[in-house]
Amino acid sequence: MAQKIRVLVAKPGLDGHDRGAKVIAAALRDAGMEVIYTGLHQTPEMVVEAALQEDVDVIGLSILSGAHMTVFPRVMSLLNEKGLDNVLLTGGGIIPQKDMDALERMGVGKLFGPGTPTTEIIEYIRSSVAH
Amino acid sequence: MDSRNLKSGKSKELVSKLLEGDRLAAARLISIIEDDSVESSDIVREIFPHTGRAYRIGVTGPPGVGKSTLVDRLTVTLRGEGVTVGIIAVDPTSPFSGGALLGDRVRMTDIGMDDGVFIRSMATRGNLGGLAKTTSDVADVFDAFGKDVILFETVGVGQSELDIVEAADTTVVVLVPESGDSVQAMKAGLMEIADIFVVNKADREGADNAVREIEVILDMTSDQEGWTVPVLKTVAHEGDGVDALRRIIDQHYRYLASKEKLAEKRRKRVRAATVGIVQEKLHSRVWNDPRIEEFLKKRVDEITTGNGTPHSAAEEILHMVGFYNHSECMKGEQ
Repeated sequence: MAQKIRVLVAKPGLDGHDRGAKVIAAALRDAGMEVIYTGLHQTPEMVVEAALQEDVDVIGLSILSGAHMTVFPRVMSLLNEKGLDNVLLTGGGIIPQKDMDALERMGVGKLFGPGTPTTEIIEYIRSSVAH
Repeated sequence: MDSRNLKSGKSKELVSKLLEGDRLAAARLISIIEDDSVESSDIVREIFPHTGRAYRIGVTGPPGVGKSTLVDRLTVTLRGEGVTVGIIAVDPTSPFSGGALLGDRVRMTDIGMDDGVFIRSMATRGNLGGLAKTTSDVADVFDAFGKDVILFETVGVGQSELDIVEAADTTVVVLVPESGDSVQAMKAGLMEIADIFVVNKADREGADNAVREIEVILDMTSDQEGWTVPVLKTVAHEGDGVDALRRIIDQHYRYLASKEKLAEKRRKRVRAATVGIVQEKLHSRVWNDPRIEEFLKKRVDEITTGNGTPHSAAEEILHMVGFYNHSECMKGEQ
């Protein structure tokens, strides 16, 4: 059987808005991926431990709370610490362009703002994982 | 070692890391087995001598009865005793997209950060018996990894989830009070596979009725010598009844051990695994042959316009893949 793309979709932080994360999770499933959905209130430690156990290719974080400049770098450093440095870390939320650029320089993948067509995210994941 | 190296690393190396307790190696090995890669049978050969220690518990039942929460709470109880746990939570693959949404971890956040617990979500990838084809092999990875107990959570369609009987030593069937009325109409199979029944969400009305209804049916159907299938009440999200469930599972384990039934279970498991591999190889020998697909397409058109039957086309396909040549060879040898 062909290898499946496995994606962890998580919602770190304290806000309870997980509609976006659920829409993305369903869209990735419909694109043929295996999506591990871990739900709300995930700490970076929980995200990375789940990513390790599930051996995912991609982590997608939904962050609407403004905590992106702390959460993404923390997840990034935990991934490196645990030897998961070939996992693609991506995500979305309300993130200013300059923060996106700064995070990208740290090694975080592309981040998507509200209203991004799911097809764009699917294409990005497919091409990044194939690479 | 970074995971890129692990990915290309030899399976033998991964297995020795697994045996040293490396979590990353465990996760990688499971993926290789799930993907049914060529290295898969090498891995199973390497780890098989290190298996046979873990006790395997299946949790099955219709959707929405609280299987994940029960698995979570049962794990907390086991961890309190210092028992290590591997969890395999299975969800269905969409037959249309091939994708899957694996959401069981949502109910398992309490145990997600515990070093003594390893949770793995699996998609069925086309298998229909309530588990994935490779679930038992993945359980072997956990077994070799040193987990004391392996908990399987099946897909949960509530019927024909018979794989679990072979995969698990003890099978727990979970229902809710509202299931009571439908128990009588329940598909044959679900009643017979239970070693233990749990009526979860028992703080709701009708729980005692549901217990009685199940007990009545069990009187009619149960035929396990020396084991009376118990019916327990739990409220998993409160943790109520979970300790009792733990004790009953232990009793069932001792029952199996005393009657030599554990060894019998293992024989059945090995047999089922062998049969499964043979079926898989036969299946792929036929359907991985591109000639067959082409031939079938042509024949289907002919049959639907009145020429031939599915039976005649099937016979032709079996000839094409040499099925009859082989059986004739075997006859000749006798």
